[in-house]
Amino acid sequence: MNNITRKCREINEDLLSIMTKTGPGYYVLVAVCGILAITLFWLPWAYQIYYGQGVTGLNMPVPWGAYLVNFVFWVGIAHAGTLISAMLYITHTPWRRAIARGAETMTLFALILVTLSVFVHMGRPWNFYWNFPYPNTRQLWPSFQSPLMFDVFAIGTYFTSSVVFLYFGMIPDFASLKHSSTGWRKDLYTALSLGWTGTDREWHVQGRATMFFSSFIMPLVVSVHSIVSWDFALSIVPGYNKTVFAPYFVTGALLSGFAGVIVMLTVMRRAYPVLKKYVTEYHYDRIGQMVLALSLVWSYCTLMEVLTGIYADTSLEKEHLIYKILTSPSMELFALMIFCNTFIPLVLIWRRVRKSAALMFLVSLFVLLGMWLERFLIIPNSLSRKFLPYFWHDYHMSWVEVSITFGAILGFITLFMISIKIFPILSAFEVKEDVGLPVSKEDDHG
Amino acid sequence: MAGIFDRIIGKLKDYRHPGYFRKPDHKWTMVVDLDMCNGCEACVVACYAENNLPTVGKVDCSKSRAFSWLRIERYVEGEYPNVKVKFIPIMCQHCSKAPCEIGCPVYATYHNQDGLNVQVYNRCVGTFTCATYCPYDVRRFNWFTYKRDKPLDEQLNPDVTVREMGVMEKCSFCIQRIRYAKDRAKDEGRPVKDGEVKPACVQSCPTGALTFGDLLDPDSRVSKMVNDPRGYKLLSELNTDPSVVYLRRVVEGSSGGHGHE
Repeated sequence: MNNITRKCREINEDLLSIMTKTGPGYYVLVAVCGILAITLFWLPWAYQIYYGQGVTGLNMPVPWGAYLVNFVFWVGIAHAGTLISAMLYITHTPWRRAIARGAETMTLFALILVTLSVFVHMGRPWNFYWNFPYPNTRQLWPSFQSPLMFDVFAIGTYFTSSVVFLYFGMIPDFASLKHSSTGWRKDLYTALSLGWTGTDREWHVQGRATMFFSSFIMPLVVSVHSIVSWDFALSIVPGYNKTVFAPYFVTGALLSGFAGVIVMLTVMRRAYPVLKKYVTEYHYDRIGQMVLALSLVWSYCTLMEVLTGIYADTSLEKEHLIYKILTSPSMELFALMIFCNTFIPLVLIWRRVRKSAALMFLVSLFVLLGMWLERFLIIPNSLSRKFLPYFWHDYHMSWVEVSITFGAILGFITLFMISIKIFPILSAFEVKEDVGLPVSKEDDHG
Repeated sequence: MAGIFDRIIGKLKDYRHPGYFRKPDHKWTMVVDLDMCNGCEACVVACYAENNLPTVGKVDCSKSRAFSWLRIERYVEGEYPNVKVKFIPIMCQHCSKAPCEIGCPVYATYHNQDGLNVQVYNRCVGTFTCATYCPYDVRRFNWFTYKRDKPLDEQLNPDVTVREMGVMEKCSFCIQRIRYAKDRAKDEGRPVKDGEVKPACVQSCPTGALTFGDLLDPDSRVSKMVNDPRGYKLLSELNTDPSVVYLRRVVEGSSGGHGHE
């Protein structure tokens, strides 16, 4: 008993040390990332709003470019958090506990980036609220048959439920933190913990509510990215109009999401070695298996996408495939995508690779690059070869689009780094559930 | 109970009909006789003048951002000296089942009671969905605020808005002329006469290749021309049901005729 109390206190101290012990390196990194995010994201965006969308590389057959690619990419990054926190909770998967909170936090910030990507992409972003069904004197409604309207609701639901779920899971941790912290933190955590005292009844209600939220959020893992894929699949453009798109996009989203989680965990473990006690080789092993499985399903879907195009045997589909697979530079990008998403993850067959944080980190970076390329090869590339050959035109990103893409990534890093100092990155009360169990999780290799 | 059920089903089925108008006033239709078209592009120039289209300059033209609502597509076939050039004028097809109308989240593009696919500039937020979904690539976007050089800003057509940066636009079948004709007909208490409405392209066509009229009027010229055996619709396999009908060019030595598909 004494042992368990000591361990629980140790977890509390570790958690607080991540949040309070801040070296100069952290401040330098946040400052650099923050300033770069502002210069690379907000300034070019202001420039674009002032002069118009013409500063991008978009043109008339290709009006959907890098911004839409970023939009789909960030929705994908958001997906792993939901899968880990909801689906794996319901199936009682033990390895989710230590990584769930970090993945959920990623979901939240990725969804902020999703919203920003949509605004950046709009021609008149100051009118964004016209997309919402709000009562107005002219009785104008949005069009509910538009797939973009589905998006507004899908992303809105996803964002709201993610915030609620994330906050709800943090309440017991806020309560334990308020005892061990001082100053403004104590006030903040006291307010956020909503008077949690840890009675049996409170734990009972908390458990029931987590189950409810998990069941509520679980369908969103599948539905949100399916709806995002319908932006494309519901049009008649060759290369977009594919029935495989919903499962294809969901698989790709989870693949890139898990890769994002590995990158995040590895960086966190390197910055805060105390985390190595909680996020172990065992977790890497399990996420590695997940990435391997998803990569195989993704490869199958990619094969099917190409095969159905060949089977269709229409001049439109053939032109699309020739442009995508057999014409430079798409050909090289396609080969790189297959290399990153199909061949690189195959090394995860070996357990030794899965257990090595450095190798997993490397594989994940390749997967993230491959998944960005996948969206790029679908979205602008299909539009370059639409129906009338007279109007075929290529698309090249302008410096504004490149800058905003990198600025978004840096903005994500900045937001995440600030948040780990304010909100507990480790779901401490769930980790404590493991304390005192006779068999340690490291020995369980299934 | 069954009555209510039938009414609900009936209402739902109404939404299948594009435009939600059970009985449209007109069905404006354009017939393009490719046999008479010589590709002079007078229609393109007339369209620029009538609809206040900006000229974008060399650089943007090379980026495929030219503003022509109406364009003559050219296709060159064969090796020199046996070169054949085909051309076809393409403007917004005003599809009855328009893919662009499905895409717009804010109803900036919809079907009106004249059978036209209209674009509401003020409502457009610039999501580009309509342009992405359009199979004919006829939509144009205001990439910048385009300025007109000094004397040219005084030749703008006062009946047509000058669009602002960030909105989508496209051929309107010269809706300002349709409105004018409808209003005058209403004042005089008569239906719109055939040939009363002439879009700028139709008016300027020297060979008379373009004919414009109301398909709901059985005696109009277009009603008689659409049943021509040479008639076809562009990309008809997409089932968009366009309001523009092309009449094939008859070329010596070819059995099928020359459309462009």
